[in-house]
Amino acid sequence: MPWLSTLMGVSVLGALGVTLIRNDKLAKQFTLLVSLIVLALTVTMAVQFSPNGDQWQFQENHSWIPAFGINYSLAVDGIALVLILLSVILVPIVVLASWHDAEKGKRSVRTYFSLILVLEAMMIGVFAATDVFLFYVLFEAMLIPMYFMIGSYGGAQRSYAAVKFLLYSLFGGLLMLVAVIALYSIAGKNTFMLSDLIGTVQDVNTQKWLFLGFFIAFAIKAPLWPFHTWLPDAAAQAPAGAAVLLVGVLDKVGTFGMLRFCLQLFPEASAYFTPLVIVLAVIGVIYGAIVAIGQTDMMRLIAYTSVSHFGVITLGVFAMTKGNPGAQDAGAGATLYMVNHGFSTGALFLIVGFLIYRRGSQFIADYGGVQKVAPILAGTFLVAGLSSLSLPGLSTFVSEFMVLSGAFRLHVPAAAIATIGVILAAIYILWMYQRTMNGPTAESVKTLPDLNAREKWVVAPLVALLLVFGFYPKPLLDVINPAVKDTLSSVSVTADQAAAATGVKEGK
Amino acid sequence: MEPAEIASIAQHSGGAIGVAWLMIALPLVGAAVLLLGGRRTDKFGHLLGVLMAVASFVVGALVFVQLLGFAPGERRRGVTLFEFIPGLVDNVGLLVDPLSISFCLLITGVGSLIHIYSIGYMAHDPARRRFFAYLNLFVAAMLLLVLADNYLILFVGWEGVGLASYLLIGFWQHKPSAATAAKKAFIVNRVGDVGLLIAMFTIFATFHSLTFSGVLDRTGDASQGTLTAIGLLLLVGACGKSAQLPLQAWLLDAMEGPTPVSALIHAATMVTAGVYLIVRSGPIFEGTGTAQLVVTIVGVATLLAGAIIGTAKDDIKKALAGSTMSQIGYMVLAAGVGPAGYAFAIAHLITHGFFKANLFLGAGSVMHAMNDEVDMRKYGGLRTVMPITFATFLIGYLAIIGFPLLSGYFTKDGIIETAMEHSAVLGWLAVLGAGITGFYMSRLVFMTFFGKKRWDAKAHPHESPAVMTWPLILLSIGSIGLGAFLILGNRFMIFLSPAVGAPAHSPAFNPFSVPGLATLALVAVGAVFAWMRYGAAEVPATAPRGSFLTTFARRDLYGDALNEALFMRPGQWLTRLAVFFDNRGVDGLVNGLAAFIGGTSGRVRRIQTGFVRSYALSIFVGAAVLVGAWFVVGNL
Repeated sequence: MPWLSTLMGVSVLGALGVTLIRNDKLAKQFTLLVSLIVLALTVTMAVQFSPNGDQWQFQENHSWIPAFGINYSLAVDGIALVLILLSVILVPIVVLASWHDAEKGKRSVRTYFSLILVLEAMMIGVFAATDVFLFYVLFEAMLIPMYFMIGSYGGAQRSYAAVKFLLYSLFGGLLMLVAVIALYSIAGKNTFMLSDLIGTVQDVNTQKWLFLGFFIAFAIKAPLWPFHTWLPDAAAQAPAGAAVLLVGVLDKVGTFGMLRFCLQLFPEASAYFTPLVIVLAVIGVIYGAIVAIGQTDMMRLIAYTSVSHFGVITLGVFAMTKGNPGAQDAGAGATLYMVNHGFSTGALFLIVGFLIYRRGSQFIADYGGVQKVAPILAGTFLVAGLSSLSLPGLSTFVSEFMVLSGAFRLHVPAAAIATIGVILAAIYILWMYQRTMNGPTAESVKTLPDLNAREKWVVAPLVALLLVFGFYPKPLLDVINPAVKDTLSSVSVTADQAAAATGVKEGK
Repeated sequence: MEPAEIASIAQHSGGAIGVAWLMIALPLVGAAVLLLGGRRTDKFGHLLGVLMAVASFVVGALVFVQLLGFAPGERRRGVTLFEFIPGLVDNVGLLVDPLSISFCLLITGVGSLIHIYSIGYMAHDPARRRFFAYLNLFVAAMLLLVLADNYLILFVGWEGVGLASYLLIGFWQHKPSAATAAKKAFIVNRVGDVGLLIAMFTIFATFHSLTFSGVLDRTGDASQGTLTAIGLLLLVGACGKSAQLPLQAWLLDAMEGPTPVSALIHAATMVTAGVYLIVRSGPIFEGTGTAQLVVTIVGVATLLAGAIIGTAKDDIKKALAGSTMSQIGYMVLAAGVGPAGYAFAIAHLITHGFFKANLFLGAGSVMHAMNDEVDMRKYGGLRTVMPITFATFLIGYLAIIGFPLLSGYFTKDGIIETAMEHSAVLGWLAVLGAGITGFYMSRLVFMTFFGKKRWDAKAHPHESPAVMTWPLILLSIGSIGLGAFLILGNRFMIFLSPAVGAPAHSPAFNPFSVPGLATLALVAVGAVFAWMRYGAAEVPATAPRGSFLTTFARRDLYGDALNEALFMRPGQWLTRLAVFFDNRGVDGLVNGLAAFIGGTSGRVRRIQTGFVRSYALSIFVGAAVLVGAWFVVGNL
């Protein structure tokens, strides 16, 4: 059974179906149903995935544009699988959380929910694509639904934010397209298949240029410091649900891309740029956290915490170098962090979204003493915040520890400096919590209702996931670890091949 | 019986030890039920909380009995629970040994008494159920900390304790001061946690393991420098949790929480964690004289600093907080000495657990009677109206100053003698600290229970209900007898030795040694001096200005001022600068660049108002141009 195409197909058909439903409420319910079906199908698929089997499973391969050797080619390894799981778990949660978010939008309610399902199909595709061109197409196409979700349903400055988001991403995409085409022609194999392209670029200088083409696109997407300035605007203007998908999933394509494409296609160049990337990542960890502390807008604050967290993930990805005894931990930790960060930041965005929906303000200063009137909201807000500051017992801690511990064995000062981020994280979360939830209850929030049943259903699965994987991360790691190992061995094999090839050339 | 060498760990699955995890699980379930159950559990929440704590104690006692059934060399039992992080920490496991079970009994025993006391103390608080949920969480986290068989799970408990203390210190979170104190405690603790985290990274990089057995049995493999680094990093962690210099600032503010919380933090849990960490990591410290030296210096500095702070406080809880810093300083000092000091460090930790809980709960009883007044200048003459509180408090007081034959006398004297043997300077400074303790504790007792009544007009002090006095009575029994029980015949040292090793020669208790007699003399001088100032003489209603030394002590030795000047203010400036830079600098540069590339900003604006398809088109056109250019140029 073509599992991956089925998942995408159900989402796309669902998206079309939603547009046909005239009744808004029905459209929402239908969207929720479709997303739950996709979730159920994905779980069924995931159960059949054998962690210690082939690296690539559920393969599908069809010729798409034969003239250029472009294939519609899908498959997942453990890394892609967990990211797809993250996506399909988040979608129904976001749908439920966004129940009333689209009502004030420029376009119709059903369009918003239809866009979510379109995006879902693309998210599945982008993680599953094993053809570089297909990946590129989906990488770019994902921008479109997100652009509309921000631009048509966002806050007051949504147009500016949406355009900024689009321009940044397109700029990166442009560079990547050039690199993709150049890679294709240098390889000269008339194929875009990742597996065929690995090891084809052996000239280190060429590798460096191509690496940069891919890397800058991913660094903007991730976003890595200093390519991050689009994110706070986009996240602050987006409806909370869109912000979750943007930061929770779309941005992961950046770090996922680094791991999958930069490291495997250009191992020497990756090694060459590793020191630079690690410096940027560590700056991002500290800088993002410091700027987060200084924010007055909760959505922007969370966006900056993500800049900091993406720094940790990037650090983990680039600590996956040959010769680092901690490479496995760093890589598996980075992958796990991508998943955990999705749940953690998702919870934080959504709960803050609930708060903002009630009071109509994103500014911290407009709140105070909410705990007294809405204890459940405050409690879940605190849990989400604690996961953001990587409290042990919550899943983010496991991944952060793995990344830092793995990176420590490659570069002691980098990991040590990045570890200071945990103090800053405590400051930005607890200070935000104190200013919004503690203290005397502000007049303007005295009548704030606590979470309703729907909202509890949104938060409960996220909190449960954070707790379960905090104490028992093994199911995820069992899937991730072999994939990271395969990636690592392909990195070092190609590196060795390249070295051997250069050696042969020089020998002649 | 003779002390034993450190024993190897035997895997175990039967009996009470096999279900030792229940000790952690019971209070954890209690916390979960009370938090998730919400208002429905309001009616019985406090009872469930108490039940879980007591049940945990019962399991602990059964484990203890079973452990005693083994020969000393077999008293280290490992219990594997479930798989965790493959390759890093394969299993979550518990280590039941004399060291961990001693802590368990203290935590659950004193913890249960604090739970029971809280029924009365928090009777009128609308959020009492939540309070008990947090107390349960606190106990569970602390038990996880001491029962873990590896550093990573220890750290889970370690930060769990941090979370619980955050929740409890800020329990009355509508008070801004409480919320700030809670946040401060968590953040200062996190500074220490960074030390512990980096210590763990170093440990794993060195030993490829984070389990105690995988690390501590192989410290010989590591270089001196590595061990020193690990030791100092662990010490940073210990300083954060145990409020040792320079990470002490949070403890004095932590008094914002309800008083039973202070008792829990200061006596049974939290601040003892640092001492545990050092003693548990003994082989690392024993491998590096440098780290040990630093540990002892930190201990002595803190024991003096805490005592000095204690002398100047009029707030009864803050005076006791200073005394906690000081007493933990004694334990850290002993822990830094090595195997000769471990048993005394832990023994003092246990007796201190009793008499400090006794004192804090007694202080709570007084506050309860005095409309939550904490200023001792408004107390006075309370001994007649609160006889049970007075009697038990008096016992706690005599125990902490080391009055002969009471608990503190034996354990503190052991520390002083050991320190003296290790280094005369450290030893005499510890004696000095004991003298200051005699002064500030006497001052506290005289100001509270003796002299004239200086009460507010509205105060109608009365004895506390039985649910509060009974825990006091039980704790005071421990304050009387526990020290002699543990120290005489080296009973505790021998019991502990399979876990932490034995000193080169067994210490003999000598009541008439020079340091011992000097300590007694100094304590007596301190007490008499306090009597002259605060017992016999009139205590002024407002604090006199005092000398610069008094101010120095009142302001917590300028710890907060120092933190503010060194970290907070620069940090605030840095934050402002970074936010400004991010808005104007990075973003401005990019926006400017975009405008520049577009030719004029006007054109950019026009482009920006277009449709997505025109962007997409322009991208493809742009890409085509670039690719074309690339083909023309040939290669890059």
